[in-house]
Amino acid sequence: MLAKTPHAALVRLFDEVGTVDAVGVEERVAKYTTRSIKKASKVKGLKLATSMVDLTTLEGKDTPGKVASLCQKALQPHDADLGAPQVAAVCVYPSMVRHARKALGSDTGVRIASVATAFPSGQAPLRTRLAEVKAAVADGADEIDMVINRGAFLAGEFGLMQDEISAVVEACGDAALKVILEVSELETYDSIRAASFLAMRVIREGDFIKTSTGKTSLNATLGNNQVMIEAIRDFYLDTGIAIGMKPAGGIRTAKQSLQFLIAVKETLGDAWLTNERYRFGASSLLNDLLRQLEKEKTGAYQAPYYFSEAAESY
Amino acid sequence: MSRLPITKTPKPYVGGAFIRSESGRTFPIKDEAGNFFANIPQCTRKDLRNAVEAAAKAGPGWAKRTAYNRGQILYRLGEMLEARRKEMIDVHVTLGGPKALVTKAVDTAVDRLIYYAGWADKYEQLLGNVNPVAAPYFNFTVTEPMGVVGLIAPDRPPLLPLISLIAPAIVSGNTVVALASESVPYPAILFGEMLATSDLPGGVVNILTGFRKELVPTFATHTHLRAISAAGVSAEERRALRLGAAESVKRVRFADSETNWLAESSQNLDAIRDTLEFKTTWHPIGA
Repeated sequence: MLAKTPHAALVRLFDEVGTVDAVGVEERVAKYTTRSIKKASKVKGLKLATSMVDLTTLEGKDTPGKVASLCQKALQPHDADLGAPQVAAVCVYPSMVRHARKALGSDTGVRIASVATAFPSGQAPLRTRLAEVKAAVADGADEIDMVINRGAFLAGEFGLMQDEISAVVEACGDAALKVILEVSELETYDSIRAASFLAMRVIREGDFIKTSTGKTSLNATLGNNQVMIEAIRDFYLDTGIAIGMKPAGGIRTAKQSLQFLIAVKETLGDAWLTNERYRFGASSLLNDLLRQLEKEKTGAYQAPYYFSEAAESY
Repeated sequence: MSRLPITKTPKPYVGGAFIRSESGRTFPIKDEAGNFFANIPQCTRKDLRNAVEAAAKAGPGWAKRTAYNRGQILYRLGEMLEARRKEMIDVHVTLGGPKALVTKAVDTAVDRLIYYAGWADKYEQLLGNVNPVAAPYFNFTVTEPMGVVGLIAPDRPPLLPLISLIAPAIVSGNTVVALASESVPYPAILFGEMLATSDLPGGVVNILTGFRKELVPTFATHTHLRAISAAGVSAEERRALRLGAAESVKRVRFADSETNWLAESSQNLDAIRDTLEFKTTWHPIGA
């Protein structure tokens, strides 16, 4: 008879999906930071990264007005002559979805993503979480960012975790789903890979897996990203189903975002270099991207306060 | 038993740390006798960019310190230089300075730090004002630091002008990125070690070593620098700085080429005023 402890369940899952060579991953991602991307290819990378941003505000102090200005920024990030594209989406709390829809209108290239399912902890009854998803979709959300039940995963109750994701998939309807693994609470690369597989098996083509909520100490790193995109690659080679990826939290500089894109290019290839399959969950990243684009255009280093809503004003 | 010689790697002080250039490049300098003295990091425009980021980060905290505290810290910087006075003089002599002259220059540098330390909690009384207005308002003008200031030191002498540019800029709460002498950069690197031990928060003073030709154009165009204070610049550099400053709307001040840095006349309140903004406030008088 098979043992039923959480440990035994995890070991069986690791046997199935394979484990991660942690040292190898660290060494691999360290190489990504040594690539030299300059001039035209840098501009292309910066614009691509801009088009992949999920411009995010997830604070208790969010107001309809703040969301409206965020939406304006998403539609036109800077002066038109800079040539920066619109961002992929705005990402807000469910209560702000209708305000975002009002600000963006219905005929827009910018999508509305909403965190739902008792973000960020996920510690609410399933019924409540599903109701939240349905309400967000009804208010006009194009995409739902859900958190997985980390408690269930760590207790080895994978069936429960997958059933909950399936229920959310159903509640989403036509809306795309992003499954947040909250990697900092999964603790090891092995667990991140295993959780990625569990999620990918129950979501649809065009859905995403996402690193983190941005509400814990450790967020998206090149290492976590690498483990997850390798899982996406292996899953795609097995099944032919292409899952998207969204690193979130802690990506603040244009340089970091280019390093993530290098990881994508060298692991998944050009097919994933589109905002339909790769996103950045970030708030301050966009301004740094614009700042670097302006620098490439004018040749002069730019002060952060030349860009709207810079956190720093000195 | 004979010891292996321990030679120091000269590294400029940027963002509270001793850095090598991001480019990894260095250039050799020679002592007076023509022997190899040291390899100096050849900082690039990216190092300048990083230094400006460090200065901007340090700015708000430094400006928030009380004037009295900034004065104390400047005084402590003077103490640090005084304590390593002999080493500083010896280095100058090794690199070709006449002993009597450099002794005077180093002593004057200490005195200059003390001079500006004293101004820390006094300049506001002289530069600020309560203005008479013909309406029921208190109208007063107060000074504020400009932000990040770029400094370009002359090639020679290597230390005293650098300190004469740094001290009046930081005393009011500005943070600075300074370009040290190109041909005699070592004294500025040594001075960086004193900055590190003077209670001055990291990033308030950042000193770069390298080639003027490479760095002056970036000083001119960097929009995050609010002002440039330069000494010993050529006509060509002056033009580049003026054009770049016009584009990025920054204040530029050139020290007179005839400046006698040893003289008391080269230290004054005007030097502090050069990197200050003035804010005038109208405050209604209660009924």
